Amino acid sequence: MSLLDVRDLSVVFQRRGERPFTAVDKVSFSVEPGQTVGLVGESGCGKSVTSLAIMGLLPKRGNRVSGEVLFEGADLLKLRPDDMRDRRGRDIGMIFQDPLSSLNPVVPIGLQVAEVLERHRGMNRKAALKEARELLDAVGIPDPMRRLKEYPHQISGGMRQRALIAIALACKPRLLIADEPTTALDVTIQAQILTLLKQLVDETGTALIMITHDLGVVAGLCDTVNVLYGGKVVERAARHELFGRPRHPYTHGLLSSVPRLDSPRGERLHAIPGSVADNIPWVEGCAFAPRCGNVVDACLEGTPPLEPTATGGDLRCNNPVSEEVAVP
Amino acid sequence: MTERTGPLVELRDVKVHFPIKSGLLFDRTVGYVYAVDGVSLSINKGETYGLVGESGCGKSTLGRGLLRLVEPTAGEIVFDGTDIRSLKGESMRRARRRMQMIFQDPLSSLDPRQSVESLLVEGLKAHGLADDKAATNRRLRETLAAVGLPASALAKYPHEFSGGQRQRIGIARALVLDPDLIVADEPVSALDVSIQAQVLNLMEDLQNELGLTYLIIAHDLAVVRHIADTVGVMYLGGLVEEASSDDLYREPMHPYTKALMSAVPVPDPTVEDRRERILLAGDLPSPTNPPAGCRFHTRCPWAQPTRCVDERPALRDVLGGHRVACHYAEDIAAGRIRPHEVAPELVRPDDGAGPGDTGELIPTP
Repeated sequence: MSLLDVRDLSVVFQRRGERPFTAVDKVSFSVEPGQTVGLVGESGCGKSVTSLAIMGLLPKRGNRVSGEVLFEGADLLKLRPDDMRDRRGRDIGMIFQDPLSSLNPVVPIGLQVAEVLERHRGMNRKAALKEARELLDAVGIPDPMRRLKEYPHQISGGMRQRALIAIALACKPRLLIADEPTTALDVTIQAQILTLLKQLVDETGTALIMITHDLGVVAGLCDTVNVLYGGKVVERAARHELFGRPRHPYTHGLLSSVPRLDSPRGERLHAIPGSVADNIPWVEGCAFAPRCGNVVDACLEGTPPLEPTATGGDLRCNNPVSEEVAVP
Repeated sequence: MTERTGPLVELRDVKVHFPIKSGLLFDRTVGYVYAVDGVSLSINKGETYGLVGESGCGKSTLGRGLLRLVEPTAGEIVFDGTDIRSLKGESMRRARRRMQMIFQDPLSSLDPRQSVESLLVEGLKAHGLADDKAATNRRLRETLAAVGLPASALAKYPHEFSGGQRQRIGIARALVLDPDLIVADEPVSALDVSIQAQVLNLMEDLQNELGLTYLIIAHDLAVVRHIADTVGVMYLGGLVEEASSDDLYREPMHPYTKALMSAVPVPDPTVEDRRERILLAGDLPSPTNPPAGCRFHTRCPWAQPTRCVDERPALRDVLGGHRVACHYAEDIAAGRIRPHEVAPELVRPDDGAGPGDTGELIPTP
């Protein structure tokens, strides 16, 4: 049994007097224990909403969540709010993009870490603070004893993100969801945080869902990668497969449009024309069709199905990029 | 590429220091933020100069100082033969026509209540170039066509466009005055990857057609590597390395550049698996109280006793045009000095007396 099995997860936002907007459209994927799974896509593709739906953190009103989120066989979407609260932080930890806005500015760091331990592991304050000190030490915060009493504004952005990781890992969750954990950080700090995440995941055997727009981050970290476009998974493949032989024209386009540090200079970038449509995609054919160079008649008639490929992945495309075409 | 004839812009020992004020009655200056501290560089006509560095290194301040959007504290800025720091009032305003800026976030740098036409005409009016209605109209259409927007865009407002299109409007606004130099501060970092490539290609096309000179300020090394001819790397207000884009990426000589480059993730698992990362310990020190000697010595894995702490290295030419500010650049390149462990030093965002934020000194527009 998979650790997490997301089946046909949909999130529809509905505001009075407006057309409903399908942010996540029947997304299915699974995470095995100890595995690192990437959700990649550009803004508006539904990657963050997927993670919030898994964690049950979407607002109560104004949206409709359907499908199943099976965590060790139990459907998280059917849990009562109290039971879900028990699981959040204990079984599933989460790291957010901006550590300054996800930490409480008026509570010392130590207390914020200890809080999780008190809530989920029933520790008393003293024991929790002692454990918190060890956790801060484990995520590489220098002089953790003094940091316990300090407030988020007193430490740097990289240290804040480390504190957030300490909180997320405090109860040794079996699954960690990281939503753009390094986007707000500088590259040298990003490298520190990614190395730390990789090391913690290896040591503790925690499964990780990595949500990012940065293909470089995915390339170094994830076992399996799901590429999202317009709320749907358009391609899923193992890391080397996806980067070596991208089959979906969108994945292919993304990989060839990023300037690379190690590629020769002076060549034009292969930009994907157009931009993500604001209207509800997937209703009249493939949402990527207007920007796609491989478009055929079938693309404009109904949503192409997500079908298994010969290499063990899945692909949603009528006319995929041939396997021989390399990324320029 | 366009033909290159001598430098268009020369900066000589430019400094931008911001005073930190404190006190209830009297604004006492209690210290300075050394945002830019002695930078000399020159940008040739038709060239693209890329300035990279992490947040708080002073790259944006340098770009703004060049246009005198912030007043430099010291140094010379020579633009096409004249020191623009000596220009006053009206003559400075007129000189600005030739140097324009593209900002990071097009949504916040375009007035939401102005139509595209009014946004574009504003600059022309300010420089007295909008007298002839027909000619102005033609100019606007030409400019929009050049950035790939239809003429129907003139009547629309910024919110009606997507992020990439808005950045095109930002570029059109800079272009409409027919400038020689464009300073682009993080022109693509607010955009999605697939849109980034469109805008970068557009900027390259415009340069080839119009012979523009660019100063591109970015934190993304891959972007700068792609677009710039010459790259300057900044750390804590100073230029630590400068070389042609190819040389710099083939053989980075300054330890900071080495670390920066090894930290950039490459979208290729085969490369990622084999890469050796130079992980820098700790954070960027505060520019209110920069380390003595070499500013990088607190985090440098190659730092050597005494000299790195005592003496600030000057930017010197090592190999035909490759300039490095490191005492031991040759020794490191030859492998005579081995990297060692560095214990992270704790850096406080509110070191000194500055307002404590994320380490970003100047709110990026």
